[in-house]
Amino acid sequence: MRVRLAAAEQALLEGAHGPAAAMAMRIVSEAARLMGATSLVPVESAHLDGCLYHGDSGVHFAERIVELGGKVAVPTTLNVGALDFHHPGRVKFDPATAEMARRLMLASEAVGARATWTCAPYQAGHRPRLGAHVAWGESNAVCFVNSVLGARSNRLGDFLDLCCAITARAPCYGLHLDEARRATLVLDARDLSAELRSLDAFYPVLGAVLGSEAGSAVAAVLGVPKGTDEDRLKALGAAAASTGAVGLFHAVGVTPEAPDLDAVLGGVPAARTTTITPAMLRAARDRLSTAATADRIDAVAVGSPHFSAAEFRALAALARGQRFRVPFYACTGRAQLAEIEREGLLAPLKGAGVEIILDTCVVVAPILPPEAGVLMTNSGKFAFYAPANTGFATVYGSLADCVASAAAGRVKRDERLWS
Amino acid sequence: MVVKGRVLVEGSAEGPLLRLTAPLSFWGGVDPKTGRISDPRHPQHGADVAGTVLAVPVPRGSSSSSAIMLELIARGIAPAALLLGEADAILALGIVVAGEMGHRTLPALQIGAEELAALPQCRIKVAADGTVTALP
Repeated sequence: MRVRLAAAEQALLEGAHGPAAAMAMRIVSEAARLMGATSLVPVESAHLDGCLYHGDSGVHFAERIVELGGKVAVPTTLNVGALDFHHPGRVKFDPATAEMARRLMLASEAVGARATWTCAPYQAGHRPRLGAHVAWGESNAVCFVNSVLGARSNRLGDFLDLCCAITARAPCYGLHLDEARRATLVLDARDLSAELRSLDAFYPVLGAVLGSEAGSAVAAVLGVPKGTDEDRLKALGAAAASTGAVGLFHAVGVTPEAPDLDAVLGGVPAARTTTITPAMLRAARDRLSTAATADRIDAVAVGSPHFSAAEFRALAALARGQRFRVPFYACTGRAQLAEIEREGLLAPLKGAGVEIILDTCVVVAPILPPEAGVLMTNSGKFAFYAPANTGFATVYGSLADCVASAAAGRVKRDERLWS
Repeated sequence: MVVKGRVLVEGSAEGPLLRLTAPLSFWGGVDPKTGRISDPRHPQHGADVAGTVLAVPVPRGSSSSSAIMLELIARGIAPAALLLGEADAILALGIVVAGEMGHRTLPALQIGAEELAALPQCRIKVAADGTVTALP
């Protein structure tokens, strides 16, 4: 199957807009061929995940694009980098690695993207409209933009997101098409108690179940309460995109494309319906904790995806009057930090012992104490990636559990609603 | 045994089969400096992907896996070939970008899940036309 290019796309390919755009168009059309797409779709915005240092090869690619004169053609935000520019020394890279990480971040800015440096661009002013075609990278960001905002993006790999931003095109397949946005699975959480479903700690665990049940399929989730806020949906999607390749879920009655179950199934019976039992949920929660010890913690980390202003307000309320005994890292972006600074929340948070990690996060850069130990988190995504990326074992708990444990210097979890 | 795959990235190669028995995100799951599977929860934890014909029935996880694939190729510790159970624009894209950057690439094929599961545990030869042969 050949990819049919429109005249303007063919011109890009032939170098009408310079060698960087031509290279980007070669990569975009090659990606289309890989996926069996026969055309490209114009996109309105992009979010780039390629700015995190994984090795010199990625730096060389970004610098090649810059040398060839590459510029983004649509509004574009940047995902996290590997350095915290505001707190030098906090990321403990050797000087050579830090220099390469810095070069990648500078090259990412040089293509004309906004220096948002956040994995929650949707909470930093980048909110595509319902139905908009966009080209986003980073698995949680893609899951949110599709599910919660109802815009349309596939899960783009690093490099392809940049190439789409430069060409203002994406391969037209998958989640750009109505058919692929239909749910084929149903995940029914309605048997779980309303109290459990009212907890913040429920949503990452539900997401972990969703990811392992759905894989890359689109699921309709029943039992998410009406009015569930977007931070909970963000946590749900981030966990689902970690344990599975979930790019879109529909919370029936909550997310914009899912007014009811019939609408998301599109008149086709679901291939599978799974009823989530309390035992399944407990098992998924237990898999998020890998620590062998019962009560030891060495650090706490929150903010994956990056903490929103609303999450900081909740943390500030819980941390009032506390003094943490272990390092407590809260990862966020510049826009979210500016908001809580304006509200005067930063000083009391720091007073309790909260360390703000800006532009990056603790599982993508060496920030945690050098002696690996036990990391407590309220994030399904941190819990999933921390063991391999940091060497820390994990304990999963609610935000309130994290604060209570940091203050006590040992694990304190409220188990009542999970039993 | 001979099966035919859809060519995602053209090339020929030979190597021992390494079959992933659970989904693996390359980012956070493969160490780009060593080529070893570093996710402690993965059944193939500790296995070295370099030089193998890597069978990936279900791609999973982070979109940064493209960057890990590129880095493995640039360091010369990539698999010899990639057999994917589903088309995936993340791992194969890392190979496409490696080609743009002048690195030696590796073949990637899409092969039906059943045929992938039926491949015996032995040396595997991948030909440029997408033919996959289990060597005696």
